[in-house]
Amino acid sequence: MANSENKQVINAGIVGWGAYIPMYRLPTREIARVWGWPEHQYKALNVSHKAVDGPDEDSTTMGYEAAYNALLRSGIDPKMIGAVFFGSESKVYAVKPSATLIAEMIGATPDTMASDLEFACRAGSEGLKASLGLVSSGMVKYALAIGSDTSQAEPGDVLEFTASSGAAAFIVGPRSESAAIVEDTYTYVTDTPDFWRRAEKPYPRHGEGFTGEPAYFYHIMGAVKGLFEKTGLKPDDFDYAIFHQPNGKFPLKVAQRLRFPKEKVLPGLVTPYIGNTYNASALLGLARVLDQAKPGQRILLAPFGSGAGSDAYSIVVTDLVEERQDKAPKVDDYLARSYEIDYALYAKFRRIYVMLPRG
Amino acid sequence: MVLPVWWRKRIPRYRFVGALCKDCGRIHYPPRNACPYCGSRNLELVPLPRRGVLESYSIVYSVPGDNRLNAPLPIGLVRLENGVRVVAELTDVVPEKLEKGIEVEAVIRRIGEDGETGTILYGVKFRPALGRK
Repeated sequence: MANSENKQVINAGIVGWGAYIPMYRLPTREIARVWGWPEHQYKALNVSHKAVDGPDEDSTTMGYEAAYNALLRSGIDPKMIGAVFFGSESKVYAVKPSATLIAEMIGATPDTMASDLEFACRAGSEGLKASLGLVSSGMVKYALAIGSDTSQAEPGDVLEFTASSGAAAFIVGPRSESAAIVEDTYTYVTDTPDFWRRAEKPYPRHGEGFTGEPAYFYHIMGAVKGLFEKTGLKPDDFDYAIFHQPNGKFPLKVAQRLRFPKEKVLPGLVTPYIGNTYNASALLGLARVLDQAKPGQRILLAPFGSGAGSDAYSIVVTDLVEERQDKAPKVDDYLARSYEIDYALYAKFRRIYVMLPRG
Repeated sequence: MVLPVWWRKRIPRYRFVGALCKDCGRIHYPPRNACPYCGSRNLELVPLPRRGVLESYSIVYSVPGDNRLNAPLPIGLVRLENGVRVVAELTDVVPEKLEKGIEVEAVIRRIGEDGETGTILYGVKFRPALGRK
């Protein structure tokens, strides 16, 4: 395997992490009831409920709360943040950055860079990797990477069973202040037509034959094997393995192929309870693992985005992790805060109803 | 909507900042040009505590126009941890389970938008506090 990434010490890590999951939950059986899907077709996805954003929520409000929680854990002055990256495929504006909105909300403005990134579900991870580069090179002291989505799915499409809402955020900073250091990374991308949304169209489309093997499995396996080759690490060296979670089935399958036992995957697997939060998917898994990790443990993280590409990270937890775990709400706090809704309320919250004038 | 007015008020709304009157010592939110208690213009912006207790509330069921999808709309009177009282929308509540005395916390939510093509407005609402007993 050709290696385009230099092997070097990354002088950066995760100083603070934060999550957000909206409280509303739509059971997948309710979607099946409305659209007439047979049980065997949707149960195979291994997703019982999906998280639904409330009527006053969007990718900005959710990204803000995750960033606020990450700030609480980091304990840093937001004025010290030199870069804010916002990864999403459900930006509230087609033109106007969400990154500046969140930077203003947390108090990082005006002396910072701020960028919205797009790479389907992988943009948040690109923000994380870019943050590591900026901090490691010494260009900025701290950077904030956010993945947040209120994922779209056409009503009645199979995507509707899983497309959900959530956010995760990470403050990247100096290695010496990190609760988890990033040992190394490896990225693997190609042009693959597995999933896309054209400009000004409300819902994405997916190329059925491309979504599994040529996209998800090929790119995650490519990134993880690239990381293994670059570092000499192997599955036994890791305590946790976190993969992108488009459903509850694929992460377990890719883990099996890479020879990770199920027990190392389950702590970071949140999709069975809340669906696929797109840019927050694997990153929420990382947040949940950091919520419970012990010093010295090693984490494999492999987010994926359609179009397509995957980043593999080797992350080692430091002695600072435990003192930061209780400084903000944990992923499990948000998982526990749930209120079940039916399809009618979901349609109202997601503005699926067309409000016609009275005749 | 008057865009410049909303823009000027964004920091108190985004960061939940109130105004301390340096003459009478009272704090109000949202900040005004003059103290609503003594009329002084000698004010200083101060961050407010994000947690408080819901002292009272009312629920608007007949919600007009663009805000219809937020119906029913609960409005709360919140006493913050420093004693300052704030009137704000409540969110993430199930109306039939709403009760006085619960602990609430400030969050940022959409509070309006200038039609389909205009800007989106964000500001403070209160929700039942995470981890409350």
